[in-house]
Amino acid sequence: MDFSTKPILELKNVHKAFGPKQVLRGVDLAVAPGQSLVIIGGSGTGKSVTIKSALGLMRPEQGEILFDGERVKGGKTLDTLRRRTGMLFQGGALFDSLSVWENVAFALLYRDHIGRGVAKKRAIENLAKVRLPASAADLRPAELSGGMQKRVALARAIIANPDLIFFDEPTTGLDPITADAVNNLIVEQVKALGAAAVTITHDMASARKIADEVAMLHEGRIIWRGPVSALDKSGNAHIDQFVHGRAEGPIQPAI
Amino acid sequence: MTASPTTKTSHIEDSLILRPFRLIGRTVLGGFREIGRIASFSGRVLFAAVTPVIYLREVLRQCLKIGYYSLPVVGLTAVFIGAALALNIYTGGSRFNAEQFVPNIVVLGITRELGPVLAGLMLAGRVSAGIAAEIGAMRVTEQIDALLTLSAKPERYLYAPRVIAGILTLPLLVLVADIIGVLGGWLVAVGALDFNGSLYLRNSWSFVTGNDIWSGLIKAAVFGGIISLMGCYQGDRSKGGAGGVGRAATLAVVGAAVLILASNYILTSIFVRIGL
Repeated sequence: MDFSTKPILELKNVHKAFGPKQVLRGVDLAVAPGQSLVIIGGSGTGKSVTIKSALGLMRPEQGEILFDGERVKGGKTLDTLRRRTGMLFQGGALFDSLSVWENVAFALLYRDHIGRGVAKKRAIENLAKVRLPASAADLRPAELSGGMQKRVALARAIIANPDLIFFDEPTTGLDPITADAVNNLIVEQVKALGAAAVTITHDMASARKIADEVAMLHEGRIIWRGPVSALDKSGNAHIDQFVHGRAEGPIQPAI
Repeated sequence: MTASPTTKTSHIEDSLILRPFRLIGRTVLGGFREIGRIASFSGRVLFAAVTPVIYLREVLRQCLKIGYYSLPVVGLTAVFIGAALALNIYTGGSRFNAEQFVPNIVVLGITRELGPVLAGLMLAGRVSAGIAAEIGAMRVTEQIDALLTLSAKPERYLYAPRVIAGILTLPLLVLVADIIGVLGGWLVAVGALDFNGSLYLRNSWSFVTGNDIWSGLIKAAVFGGIISLMGCYQGDRSKGGAGGVGRAATLAVVGAAVLILASNYILTSIFVRIGL
């Protein structure tokens, strides 16, 4: 795939601190339309902070975020970014006071003000895309298993046909088989939409399945980026340690 | 260069002397900061509550949760307060042969003061804590972040419906509390104090004025706003898992109760001044 076109998302020199703790120290990142980028890195290295900054959920102290070439400054630009992106949160973040279909169709109901009948029909169509039956539509999120909740969250992320989807640890807490099924659905749906994807994960199996390119975040900076095929011959000690899951190496375990 | 022993001692004395002042300064500044945050949050939510889009389905859902499900607790509070009030007024009134004023003072006390204040305080416990815990849990499970990514403003979708429901339903609950409170007084007066039942009710009805009822209902609307706003504010600010959610619920109840009592005094002074 050719990713030489104008990036859909660009982070330039993004810094973010929480009190005295500097989490991001100048993150530079670009994602091309249709590209799937996976960000790997140890716990507490700022992966979630990176995508939350990109989505305007956190305000970086320094640096800029560009969406489709336009600088995101809040207001209209942030609204455009959010309208054209989807997000799958680590724990699903489904609204537990709403039914499954209302969760999936939330953007249609409350943002686009589409009628409930039409919205429910589209929600059921999107549930089918993530292999969930129509009978799940009227259940509450608490009645679903972890894997089903992830699939509902995926259906919610894709329902408005976004140009860019963020996935925050999409396989955390799932058994390897369910995790693989979720990975397959992510690849399938992202490809079907032709959207770009930014995924953060610790799960190397997930990274290998989802990614076109992998970037490694360490101590608040991107220290390596390359195609997924180069992961095993990167020549980077940090990447090698992370890929092989070794406690010994340049990265200190987060304990 | 090293500091001389005298300089060192005076530095230590300085810090010891200044410590209480620093503490007072920090506390006062923290207090003002909190007032500023609450004011700014309330402004944003109230603006969302009076401008479109208003999610009517959410407002109705909250009316049911805040209003309808609070009826038992408000009813029980009112009946016992009415009954106790009648007994106390009878005991006090008998000291100067004024027992016959029991119905008048019960109805006045319930409608102007005890109905709205006690219903407000009970709902500060039930509703404010519930809202804070619900929104706090949404905050720590990233549901509020999810709302934002779906281009829905929490002020509009979560907080404004709760505040509208609080302002609309508390006056209705207080109206019910007024009736049940008077009936509580009537029960004791007729059952234990040998009052004539129909005379008691006629006295109550002829004594109470529209102003008495309206002043209580206006207070109730204000208290309803305070209860829901404090629940939303503390829930929105909660962080740190289950402990944070619990803390938010406690702070919401304490904050709402204090604000209800303070605003009750302010409103009563205004009503007295304008003759309401």
